[in-house]
Amino acid sequence: MEIGRQERILLPVKGSFMVLTMTLALLFNLFPWRDVSGLPDMLALVLAFWCIHEPRKMGIGTAWILGLILDAGNGTLLGQHAFAYSVLAFASIALARRVLWFPLWQQAIHVLVLLFSCQLLMLAVRMFSGSAFPGYAYFAGSVIAAALWPAASFLLLMPQRQPELVDENRPI
Amino acid sequence: METTPPPFFNRGPAPLVRLTFFAALAVFLMVLDARFRYAESLRQVLAFAAYPLQRVATAPAQLFGSAAEFFTSQVALERENAQLRARQLQAARDLMTRDSLAAENARLRSLLDARERLPRKSTFAEILYSGRDPFSRKVIIDKGAMAGIQPGLAVVDDIGVIGQVTRVHPLLAEVTLVTDKEQAIPVQVVRNGLRAVAFGSGDGSTLDLRFMAANADIQNGDTLVTSGIDGTYPAGLPVARVARIERDAAYAFAKITCVPTAGTGQHSQVLVLSPEARTPPPAESEPAAPRPAKGKRLKRREG
Repeated sequence: MEIGRQERILLPVKGSFMVLTMTLALLFNLFPWRDVSGLPDMLALVLAFWCIHEPRKMGIGTAWILGLILDAGNGTLLGQHAFAYSVLAFASIALARRVLWFPLWQQAIHVLVLLFSCQLLMLAVRMFSGSAFPGYAYFAGSVIAAALWPAASFLLLMPQRQPELVDENRPI
Repeated sequence: METTPPPFFNRGPAPLVRLTFFAALAVFLMVLDARFRYAESLRQVLAFAAYPLQRVATAPAQLFGSAAEFFTSQVALERENAQLRARQLQAARDLMTRDSLAAENARLRSLLDARERLPRKSTFAEILYSGRDPFSRKVIIDKGAMAGIQPGLAVVDDIGVIGQVTRVHPLLAEVTLVTDKEQAIPVQVVRNGLRAVAFGSGDGSTLDLRFMAANADIQNGDTLVTSGIDGTYPAGLPVARVARIERDAAYAFAKITCVPTAGTGQHSQVLVLSPEARTPPPAESEPAAPRPAKGKRLKRREG
């Protein structure tokens, strides 16, 4: 479901591709990084992407379950990512109709605000439960992830761009 | 009089309702996990579900590690071999005197009527990766409940204490490092035997000695070892070295910063120390003795 300045009409998205991308993003988040602060939260980026592009297929429930798996896998406070991701999914779905009217780099600014508030929520939850402040490099993650938004939109929309039938007379 | 919308526009509850539901559920879980520790069984189930994913995610790093190990040059191996031989020679010299010293120590301790120190079983483990939670300092090791690891065991490397096992999965265990903000370890100054408790400072690389009086006898460079009075850590393991002391007359306590001895960030091989074979008698029986109400029982025991 594409609105806005799209030069081409896209094919409908495949559910299996959405599942695949979210699994890959989850794997990225579970990858054993060694003390690198400021890592982009790929799962949040992909979740925000599908919530914005396919608000009828992506839901708050999916985001919640993925967040819970991430919490258990990474040993964080149980429910921390689930909470932040469900708020992120809600905000993305609410903004979905607006964001797609903008060019890609302005979409990235919208996404930066979304991801930043997602991180801020997690920070508030963890500070409230007594953890230490992780340093400002923590917020670099959402800046990097937002910078990856144009690339992510290109990659994640790629399967929908391929034409079913190549016809010289009908370029769509 | 139709009041409900036609079914083909029906998309379930409104997003705000769903958000409220899921956010409330998440907050409920967080409170359970942080305050009451009831959520551990749920976490076990979820972690078991996430385990294959984790294995897949760690596979590339492990493959890279083993490939790098395979292609280590012969020169590096020879050098390491020579170093290890030199260290073994030195260790052998220490070992020869150790037996006689241990016997002498045991004799002296029995003379002093002190409890014997028993050897501990230790399990070798490897650090798989450090936890991806930026708010805490944790590492994940490759031995879990199936290898006999229990929560609360001390973890050391070859030069000092690394931390404590805080959560155990069937095949993995989480070790909270001594530099974590919520981790405390009872220590003793080697120079004068002064006891204190070291807490992680939260910045990830240092420890704090909290609640030490401003005139406490601590100097820069003092070595802190475990005092062993907690029953968790064996006594005498190096923990940290005092790096900076700020004594401010405005405060009752000095601000003492220490640097951990063990490489909490570098090493990949660790030992998990099991508790002593014979547990010390429970502490409750000792203060019970002077109470007058228990006098009868005491007399009977004496008679």
